[in-house]
Amino acid sequence: MHVKIRINGKPYEKDIDPRLLLTHFIRDLAGLTGTHIGCETSICGACTVLANGLAVKSCTMFAVQADGVDVVTIEGMARDGQLHPLQESFWEEHGLQCGYCTPGMIMCAHQLLARNTAPTDTEIRDALGGNLCRCTGYQNIVAAVRSAAGKLKREPRIAAGD
Amino acid sequence: MIAHNFEYTVATSLGEAVNLLQKHGGRAKIVAGGHSLIPMMKLRLAAPEFLIDIGRIPELSYVNKENGKIRIGALTTHYVIETSDAVARGCHALADAAGLIGDVQVRNKGTIGGSLSHADPAADYPASILALDATIVALGPKGERQIPASKFFVDMLTTALEPNEIVREIQIPLRSGRTGSAYLKMAQKASGFAICGAAAVVELDGSGRLSNVGIGITGVGNHAFRATDTEKALNGQKPAPDLLKKACESAGKGIIALDDIHASANYRLDLARVFSRRALEAAIERAG
Repeated sequence: MHVKIRINGKPYEKDIDPRLLLTHFIRDLAGLTGTHIGCETSICGACTVLANGLAVKSCTMFAVQADGVDVVTIEGMARDGQLHPLQESFWEEHGLQCGYCTPGMIMCAHQLLARNTAPTDTEIRDALGGNLCRCTGYQNIVAAVRSAAGKLKREPRIAAGD
Repeated sequence: MIAHNFEYTVATSLGEAVNLLQKHGGRAKIVAGGHSLIPMMKLRLAAPEFLIDIGRIPELSYVNKENGKIRIGALTTHYVIETSDAVARGCHALADAAGLIGDVQVRNKGTIGGSLSHADPAADYPASILALDATIVALGPKGERQIPASKFFVDMLTTALEPNEIVREIQIPLRSGRTGSAYLKMAQKASGFAICGAAAVVELDGSGRLSNVGIGITGVGNHAFRATDTEKALNGQKPAPDLLKKACESAGKGIIALDDIHASANYRLDLARVFSRRALEAAIERAG
C-alpha cells in the first residue's frame, strides 16, 4: 500500500505491507532511530510518538493507520540546534541513565504539558504510568518534567515538529 | 513481533464496513483504535485476512446529551470519555472506568466501541455499562438493533453481537434527583487490567432510601455480571455501613470465579464483596 506520513514536518512516501508497524516505518524506512522499541507489547512506552498531537505507542499502530497523519518523534523536539526545555531538563536533573526509555518519556511528558501546564508530582507520575524506566527509580524523571513545566511557563516554546 | 499479513481497507462509513464484513465472512476483522486487536495480531492469537479500518469515520466520535440519555459514539476514545463533563455529570462511573484503563497512550487510541466488542473479562467498562443500564446500538445488514447491557456480555471475549454487526453507539439513561455512581478496581500491577472492578449506581429518595441500585462487576467471572442479589438487598433501605457490608456478601453469588496466577477464585470473590461495597460508598457520597 502507498502511504504518506509526515514525520517532524517532513513527508515520507513509501509502498509498504499493511502489517508494517508505525515504529518500524519510523526507524527503518524514515531512518529516525531515536524512537526505541522496548517490549513490543504496548506496555513499556519506549516507542511513544505523537500522532496528530496524541501520544501513542508506535508499536501498537500499523503504519497504514498513520497514512496522512502528522507524527512527531524525539528528533522533532529540538529546534535550530537548541534542545527543547524537556530535553534540557532531563539532562540537568539526571532524568536518565542508559537513556533507552528517554525518547518515550519525553514524548509522553510533552503530551502532559500540552494538556496541563502545571502538573503536580502525582499528575506527572500518572501521565508517565505507561512508560517504564529500569534505571532511575523515576525520581529524577519526575523532577525533570516538573522543571520543564516551570521553564515552559516562563518561556513558552513549541517543539520544532509541532 | 510481526502480524500475519492481511489486506487493509479504510471504510468511509459504518454501512460500508458492514458490507465488507458480509463479503469477507469470518475472514475479516474490524479495527478502530486497535488496542485490543493489534496486540492479539502481533502475538498471532488473531490472524484476520482482511482488516477493515473504521477508525477514520469522524462522525462516530461524540458525546451528546439528549432526551434524557447520554449518547456516546463507538469511536469515542477513553481519553475523551475520561475528560467529558457530560459523562462526569451524568454517569460518573463510566468516566471513572475510562480513566483507569491502561495508560495515557492507550486511552488516547482505544475506543469504547472496540473495548466493548472485544469483551475482555478483565476490561473496565463492562462493570459500569451494566450498572448504568446502558444500551448498545449495533448496526448490521438488517439495520440497527438495540441490545441491553444485561444481554450483551455472553461469555469470555464473546458478546451478543452477530458476526456482521458493529457497535455504533452506547446510550446511557440519565437519572434525576439525588443520584451518584462510581467505579473502583484492583488492578493487576503490570498490565493494569482489573483483577476485580466494581461499579455502583444509586438513587436516594426523599426519605433517604436507596432505589434503582445497580452494581456491575468485572474481572471476576468469565464475563462481567450484575450483582442482582446485592441490588435487591439494598433497594428500599437506608444506607448504613452494616447494611452495605451485609448486602455485598452476595456480590459474587453463583459466579464461577476466574482462578489464575494473579489471583485465586476465592480472593477474586472476596474482592467482589469489598469493591462493590466501596463503589457503593463512593456512589452514595456522590449522590450527596
